[in-house]
Amino acid sequence: MRAPSGSGAEVAVGDVLLSIENVSLSFGGVKAVSDVSFDIRKGEIRAIIGPNGAGKTSMLNVINGFYHPQQGRITFKGETRSEMRPYEAAQGGIARTFQNVALFRGMTVLDNIMAGRTLRMHSNFIWQLLRFGPAMNEEVEHRHFVEEIIEFLKIQEIRRTPVGRLPYGLQKRVELGRALAMQPDLLLLDEPMAGMNLEEKEDMSRFVLDVNDHYGTTIALIEHDMGVVMDLSDRVVVLDHGIKIADGTPDEVKKNQAVIDAYLGVAH
Amino acid sequence: MAQTAAASADTFPKLLIRNASIYGSRPAMRHKDYGIWQTWTWSQVLDVVRPYAVGLQRAGLKRGETIAIVGGNRPKLYWSVMAAQMLGAIPVPVYADAVADELSYVLSHAEVRFAAVEDQEQVDKVISVLDRLPKIELMFYDEKRGLRDYDHSNLRAIDDVIADGRKALASDPSAAAKLDAEIAAGKGSDPSIILYTSGTTGRSKGVVLTNERSIKATSDTVEFDKLTADDVALAYLPLAWVGDHYLNYCQGLVAGFCTACPENPDTAMQDLREIGPTFYFAPPRTLEVLLTRVMIRMEDAGVLKRKMFHYFIGIARKYGERILNKQPVPLSGRVLYWLGELLVYGPLKNVLGFSKVRVAYTAGEAVGPDLFAFYRSIGLNLKQLYGQTEAFLYLTAQPDGAIYSDTVGVVFPNVDLRIADNGEVQFKSPGMFAGYFKDEEKTKEVLTPDGYVKTGDAGFFDEKTGQLKIIDRSNDVGKLNNGTLFPPKYIENKLKFFPNIREAVAYGDKRDFVAVMLNIDLTAVGSWAERNNVVYGSYQELAGHPLVYEMIAAHVAEVNRSLAEDKAMAGAQIKRFLILHKELDADDGELTRTQKVRRGFIADRYAPLIKALYDGSKEADISTEVTFEDGRKGVISARVKIRDVQTVPAAGALEKAA
Repeated sequence: MRAPSGSGAEVAVGDVLLSIENVSLSFGGVKAVSDVSFDIRKGEIRAIIGPNGAGKTSMLNVINGFYHPQQGRITFKGETRSEMRPYEAAQGGIARTFQNVALFRGMTVLDNIMAGRTLRMHSNFIWQLLRFGPAMNEEVEHRHFVEEIIEFLKIQEIRRTPVGRLPYGLQKRVELGRALAMQPDLLLLDEPMAGMNLEEKEDMSRFVLDVNDHYGTTIALIEHDMGVVMDLSDRVVVLDHGIKIADGTPDEVKKNQAVIDAYLGVAH
Repeated sequence: MAQTAAASADTFPKLLIRNASIYGSRPAMRHKDYGIWQTWTWSQVLDVVRPYAVGLQRAGLKRGETIAIVGGNRPKLYWSVMAAQMLGAIPVPVYADAVADELSYVLSHAEVRFAAVEDQEQVDKVISVLDRLPKIELMFYDEKRGLRDYDHSNLRAIDDVIADGRKALASDPSAAAKLDAEIAAGKGSDPSIILYTSGTTGRSKGVVLTNERSIKATSDTVEFDKLTADDVALAYLPLAWVGDHYLNYCQGLVAGFCTACPENPDTAMQDLREIGPTFYFAPPRTLEVLLTRVMIRMEDAGVLKRKMFHYFIGIARKYGERILNKQPVPLSGRVLYWLGELLVYGPLKNVLGFSKVRVAYTAGEAVGPDLFAFYRSIGLNLKQLYGQTEAFLYLTAQPDGAIYSDTVGVVFPNVDLRIADNGEVQFKSPGMFAGYFKDEEKTKEVLTPDGYVKTGDAGFFDEKTGQLKIIDRSNDVGKLNNGTLFPPKYIENKLKFFPNIREAVAYGDKRDFVAVMLNIDLTAVGSWAERNNVVYGSYQELAGHPLVYEMIAAHVAEVNRSLAEDKAMAGAQIKRFLILHKELDADDGELTRTQKVRRGFIADRYAPLIKALYDGSKEADISTEVTFEDGRKGVISARVKIRDVQTVPAAGALEKAA
């Protein structure tokens, strides 16, 4: 069912899909990220954690090309660049959700997710505007895919509801749906469970695992809920003040003294 | 014509084959999938069910064995029922939301070796109790999602079973002959299904129904409501519930109408609107939720729309029911109602999905007269029925033109119904059950020596209308000291129909007269207080307010008037009442978790108040322990006032006066 997506060479499961080498990013005198290297392997769930202001979101923004690092290299699907461009990232199959929900609030759930298909539409703007001929056929095809996502995320009952009227937990789910509509190879989730209650968190965790399992999507996520991170992820990278302080399986990271110090503080 | 054909087919598989031949290209089932309604015609259904049955046969399902069906209203689960019946096996549907414990009880009691389940959730549930189900061998699932990595040694997708059967049918000519032989071997007296009762009283019991009786009962109702292959129903109530099995599965097969399955349980209301069923069933609770939703949305509407809505609803209240009942209505009324239909009722019914509804039923509990009147006044032909799983299903129903909110209708054709000396309703019906599965003793308990089934409900025939009135569970019905029947729930329901009254607890068994303790509804009375400048600081203060007592006293007097209209109930009028200083709460053990009052417990807890109700005091002191939301305990003390209420002479005298 999965259409081959994006440009670049296909990467086998378990191989490195994206690698970050010695990336540094600063805003004026503020060093957001300094000399960080890590990689994301195809098919895994990779967590990026760290205390507030550790540079996690900056790191995601570097990956999808919103920020351009001053130093370092990014290799995605075997292609090495010094910086990503947002459209390259999107066309290459990187999708993301945001810490603060970024949906079209006045549009319905269906339309929001359809919007995620824009990159995969081939007919041009005029045809789409006319909604006729090839554009219509294409739309039907895309609609089918979007309906699969709607069923997958169990949001059938809100298909026609404007996003602005939905509770926060559901908006997050819709945002995940829109990211999935791009059929991404790499999905970046920025705090997918922030502000959710326990039940919503459990649902969302289930969906993240299902996405990884069902669509084979590689996932990189930032999350503050340690229980969630340790349960979901295959490997965890820990940042603190823009520096990587640990990298490994959840168990290794949990035992790492530097991580414990970063989270709990050190007696001076 | 349908009836005569139905009579010749004595099992459901034979009915399916009949439908495929006479209604072949008509829709039998719809299901919304990928946002689109998918349709299967009767011949397409037969074309799926036959290979499915062969697949099940090859998996080892044999005549007389049971197979559990666990899940929601999905075509493949309905087909599982059909396929099992083709082989002469007995389907045992189980509620999708049954907890693992209930599920394991039913599955082990029914001795199932096979189960057809909806999805991963149900598979997980069965797996979690697998150690208690040594007999289970194989599970078939509909929804593949999440199950890919499961151990498939005892799991199989329904699609694969069907595909396997199809391959067998194609490659082996004897397979089809073998299946036809199985279908032909099916007899009307064979059990067609085992429905487990919900088990509000003790362990649930498996009600065994037979093909022939089910079909006979269904043919009667199909005729009564003139259902045809042109009708459409939405199957949104639990698959394992007798109502769904009867109203949708059996009536669908007998009448040949189309059953639509909602996309998922949460979309049922939207699906209702899209499908526009012609036959509709809803429990009173659902109707109440719908009405509340409409009212809230109307409050948010613009002034013009709101004014128009309320004006025309007023017109509907005045003339709507009479027009529906084909009673004389003045011309001006008809014109206004017609205008209302154009501007308000029509669009409203469209939004609710009622535009095409020809026959609608409600049953299960008492329905408020206002609620009932509202739907009828806007032109929905809503009627009440009374039935039981053991009776499968109808005992009484209201015929068109004779509809009352407090009766459940006239005795159904071919049903033999009587009221026993203790007031209990007893029946013999065409669809009557064959017995409880593996429970001779219980079966004997509910049967009278002359073969009638005891319903456990107390009721009587209303003199004015000749229709049956159900008043209470017969175990709860008591007697006043002077011998008058005292049905507490009947009285409590009448009180609770007033929006201002949240809860009511009636006492009277072995007492001289009836007395009630009431809870006011804080939302309704609070908004009344706001409008009337009544100042209050707490629930307790509002409950004790003299004006509130005035208002409630008027409601109680109203109930007395309505009780007086029935000769049987006239003696059970309320003489005294009080308003409790606190809300009855499940946390304090005063209500069950399903919000039913625990009369005995409340009587003990509020013993000083009960004493005061019957010794003539004007007020009484009470202090009770309460549990707060966080689990802490505290004490509430209060002085509660008690009021006397005027009673009304019985109906005969009143009519003369009028």
